[in-house]
Amino acid sequence: MNKIFKNKYLILRRLSQFTILFLYFAANYWGWKILMGNLSFSKLFDTIPLTDPYAFLQMLFAGAVISTNLIIGVLVVVLFYGIIGGRAYCSWVCPVNLITDLAAWVRRKTNHEKDNLVSAIKIKKFRYAFLVAMLIFSAIIGAAAYEFINPIGFFTRAVAFSMGFAWVWLLVIFIFDAFVLKNGWCGHICPVGATYALIGAKNIIRVYHEKEKCTNCGNCFIVCPENQVLAPVINKKSDFISGIECTNCGRCIEVCEDDALHFSIRNFIKGEKNEKNSSN
Amino acid sequence: MDRRNFLANLIQLSAAATAAGAVVSGFAEENKYKPLTLRPPGALPEEEFIKTCIRCGLCVEACKNRENKMIINGKEIDTLFLAAPGDKAPIGTPYFIPRTGPCFMCDDIPCLFACPTGALTPDMCKNEKGEVSIDYAKMGVAVIDPSSCIAYWGLQCTACYRACPEMDKAITIEWKQNERTGKHAYRIPVVHEEYCTGCGMCEMACVTEKPAIKVFPREVCLGKAGDRYVKGWDIKDQQRVKKASTKTTTKTPWSEKNPLQNLNEGVNWDE
Repeated sequence: MNKIFKNKYLILRRLSQFTILFLYFAANYWGWKILMGNLSFSKLFDTIPLTDPYAFLQMLFAGAVISTNLIIGVLVVVLFYGIIGGRAYCSWVCPVNLITDLAAWVRRKTNHEKDNLVSAIKIKKFRYAFLVAMLIFSAIIGAAAYEFINPIGFFTRAVAFSMGFAWVWLLVIFIFDAFVLKNGWCGHICPVGATYALIGAKNIIRVYHEKEKCTNCGNCFIVCPENQVLAPVINKKSDFISGIECTNCGRCIEVCEDDALHFSIRNFIKGEKNEKNSSN
Repeated sequence: MDRRNFLANLIQLSAAATAAGAVVSGFAEENKYKPLTLRPPGALPEEEFIKTCIRCGLCVEACKNRENKMIINGKEIDTLFLAAPGDKAPIGTPYFIPRTGPCFMCDDIPCLFACPTGALTPDMCKNEKGEVSIDYAKMGVAVIDPSSCIAYWGLQCTACYRACPEMDKAITIEWKQNERTGKHAYRIPVVHEEYCTGCGMCEMACVTEKPAIKVFPREVCLGKAGDRYVKGWDIKDQQRVKKASTKTTTKTPWSEKNPLQNLNEGVNWDE
């Protein structure tokens, strides 16, 4: 029981990811109207549209006529992640996270965490360059170019509609993450994640770190898929983990033996370091 | 030195992103145009459709959960699919295969009205008066292969004619004398593109091993006569060419001179 409580965020995240996939499946096979479509565009309760902001951007660049539905959908998503969620899409919704987390787990279990073919430091900002490049190429070919290889689309369509050869692409991502570059796909390439990082840069729910409790054991660094966001804070100051690439997965909180990390609410009005805001 | 590194890194990243983007776009460009893809009713022209479709699959869900489900031999017939990688349609976009799952032409067109982006739009499914009906859908057009159509052999069939939801409009039967026997008639199906919606019921009904009547996208198999030819006996058709431009659109070395010059040049008349 204690173990379940200790890993509550991990369990909740998996529950959230699988529930979303199941609802997409049920929408197609049994006509449930709770969550229809897939992660590029969904309808919640048959009324609220939800649009993938990166797909929307690509369509804009490709020169498509944008419908009101899509605009409302983007606004809903941007408001939700921009204010509350941050980059939570990547760890709480995206099914590709299942694959890349599995790859990271394989790396940890086989003690091959630092064996990368490519220098992770050198390609640190690659995803943002890739994001822009795909937008430009979308304009050139006149279609949402990244959507042709987007593994998120492949995964959700494979669950809700049909699989085809989608598994090959998903396997490629697993192998890439497990053997070529640690957290390679989600942490260095995926432009959808990069979009959500930019959207959620100033959200209010963040992980808070208390320096007094920290013993600098490094557990959080081992599990964090974006551990560059931890580096400026952990054991240096009591502050929010404010790096935009933090996915709010909460894994660092769970592995921390010193209870030095917890979710809290950033209050920009009173100043970020306001101790009263920590829910401890 | 730091700035130098930064710049070098920036250039490397941009180059890598461009290279990766080019590979992906090359794949996308190759994948986006599959000319034989049949789209749901009301689809925009393919070029626009591929831009506008967000690949959500709401049309497929609406089709799968529609009211008039067709059950043939105890098996429910699915029409629309969302293309997975490896299917013969651009990845993630809706399509149907008439031989196994034709469009049943629901009156309420659930797939069309499910579309959130306007890739499927009532504008593409109406007549000149602006009335929206599935009868005005233009998903494709049926084409008959006379060499394998058994009605052209002289056998009695009319399966496609009877399956057609636009019976006696989209497919009619033409009677012709069979000169081989002198006593019998050919009853030959003829497709009229102005009424054919491209639903594919005929293709599913066709009795031959491989269908002798098949549905293709309209832009693939319909021609266009252009403004140079007109049906002189048809007032409507004369209206069509009223605004025709007289410009020559085809330029060859011969069209630079007038026809008479072309004919006479290079001929030695004295001989």
